[in-house]
Amino acid sequence: MRLAEAWRVALDALRANRLRSVLTMLGVVIGVAAVVALVAIGTGTKQQIEQQVEGLGSNLLIVVPGRLEAGSAPSVSTLSLDDVEAVSRVVGDRNRVAVTVASGETVRAGSRTSFASMQGVLETTPSVFVRRLDRGSYLTRSDVNTARRVAVLGAGVATQLFGDRDPIGRQITIGGVRFRVIGTFEQLGQSLGVDRDSEVHIPVTAAQRLLGTDRIDALAIRAPDRERIDTLGADIVAALSKRHPESDFSAVTQEQILGVLGDILGVLTGVLAAIAGISLLVGGVGVSNIMLVSVRERTREIGLRKAVGARPRDIGLQFLLEAVLLTTIGGVIGMALGISAALLVDRLSPVPAAVTWWSLALAFGVSALVGIVFGVVPAQRAGRLDPVVALRTE
Amino acid sequence: MSDIPAIVATDVSRTYELDGVSVTALRGVSLTVTDGDYLAIVGTSGSGKSTLMHLLGGLDRPTGGTLLIGGRDVATLTPPEMARLRNETIGFVFQSFHLLTRTTARDNVALPLVYRGIGRRERRARAGEMLERVGLAHRMDHRPNQMSGGEQQRVAIARALVTGPSVLLADEPTGNLDTTTGQSVLALLESLNADGVAVVLVTHDREVAERAHRQIVMRDGLIVEPAPLAPDAGDGTA
Repeated sequence: MRLAEAWRVALDALRANRLRSVLTMLGVVIGVAAVVALVAIGTGTKQQIEQQVEGLGSNLLIVVPGRLEAGSAPSVSTLSLDDVEAVSRVVGDRNRVAVTVASGETVRAGSRTSFASMQGVLETTPSVFVRRLDRGSYLTRSDVNTARRVAVLGAGVATQLFGDRDPIGRQITIGGVRFRVIGTFEQLGQSLGVDRDSEVHIPVTAAQRLLGTDRIDALAIRAPDRERIDTLGADIVAALSKRHPESDFSAVTQEQILGVLGDILGVLTGVLAAIAGISLLVGGVGVSNIMLVSVRERTREIGLRKAVGARPRDIGLQFLLEAVLLTTIGGVIGMALGISAALLVDRLSPVPAAVTWWSLALAFGVSALVGIVFGVVPAQRAGRLDPVVALRTE
Repeated sequence: MSDIPAIVATDVSRTYELDGVSVTALRGVSLTVTDGDYLAIVGTSGSGKSTLMHLLGGLDRPTGGTLLIGGRDVATLTPPEMARLRNETIGFVFQSFHLLTRTTARDNVALPLVYRGIGRRERRARAGEMLERVGLAHRMDHRPNQMSGGEQQRVAIARALVTGPSVLLADEPTGNLDTTTGQSVLALLESLNADGVAVVLVTHDREVAERAHRQIVMRDGLIVEPAPLAPDAGDGTA
């Protein structure tokens, strides 16, 4: 029997039992749709996080006190502004070094309040991180040197405090101390789960005075190029360790952060796909079941086909193709459903989803494979039927 | 082809194993079907006539003796070779027609050609010719459930003939038909026989058997009554 003919026979058989074919497919449809949608969500989330980390700026090196190891205790920062000078000397350019001392503070303007993440920073921040201003200007070196009480507001804070009014030049209080607004940031959205529009930047010196401390929380350095980033990190850690022999310091790059996050998300996506894969497997068992029923139901037909010259192989092929057709048609419908579900989630929920070609190819391949694997036993059973017995069956 | 008898059975027996008990359905039957033969195998149910027909048609293999179909010893053939032998040499007509219910008369008739690897266009053309030959030119695109019993059996006969077999094996071909329709089906088989196709009828109906050129009566797995009627008889002795 020609292959084209075998496909036609298989398709006719599926058409003859439309409802049953559709119900059998449903298992595969749901399985494939789940795989495609969940992998899309996993991939989308991973891409979004990667973009966010990369969006911080390029060639970034973050230096924090303590060891970045699993199980290590969080350490109290011993870093101060003097260390910034030492690090600047190692880097060779003060404009490449940024610092933060952060604290959650209530910010007021008239009767309106906003809970903001107050960040004491140097005027170098915009040259280290990607941070664009919407209005006004950023902090200057003299603002930092004189601990001037000026503030640059995140888009969210500005809207909460001033609505549509222009905040430039207006007074706010942070922790009860008066500041003058000199600029606002462009909207940034969330980054790694932190609302970056709720930041308020003030000179690090003013922040230290406000908090009654001379510590700083972390240093960020923009390396001149990617190649030297690791040696630079080591040099900085060495210089800091020399100044604070009793403390540990760690330098991490974006790539390291991305690597760790990527691993976690990769595992998560894999687990999601595996769970969805189980439903695909269950769908396959359903196909096998129905094919066995179909072989039994059509025993007479099998007997007749054998009597007129069908070889065991022809009969086996007919049933195998039927199973493969069931699962691949189910697979295609499932893919369409999965893509639709992913697009809907992407559009209507904060969860991002990105459909990838490899997941579609995989889903289709797996559904065809499920058809073959779960179709083989019924097909063999059909092929081996004794024609005499088969013809006699009622 | 005409030199070799279509079917030669020599001391053929068939034993079944049913739940560890062996049941002998045929106990040494010898029989020759030549080209153009018109033979009736008669017997009550359980006489072994159906078993014999399955063997003659290459659906089953004997457990003893030798069976040559188209000159080939079935004991030496693999299942695919047996399938091919059935397709090329034998045409089956069953009591219950065995038509594919969701398939048109034309495609039912064309079915054996599918397994010969013949293209759809040619299959349909040949099936059409066969349906014309059995007087169903006007019913080609009807499905079995739209046809009478007699028409269905004619479709089955057309299907049996479409591969140009040398032997037509008919198992109670009139069993599910009323007398008049049965007569016309027999008349059709006889006209085909007149055209050179050997016809082997399996029946329990003496009246039907009488019409054949020769009869073989079976009882308890043996040929008990060789009753040659045709002038070319002499074979078929037990």
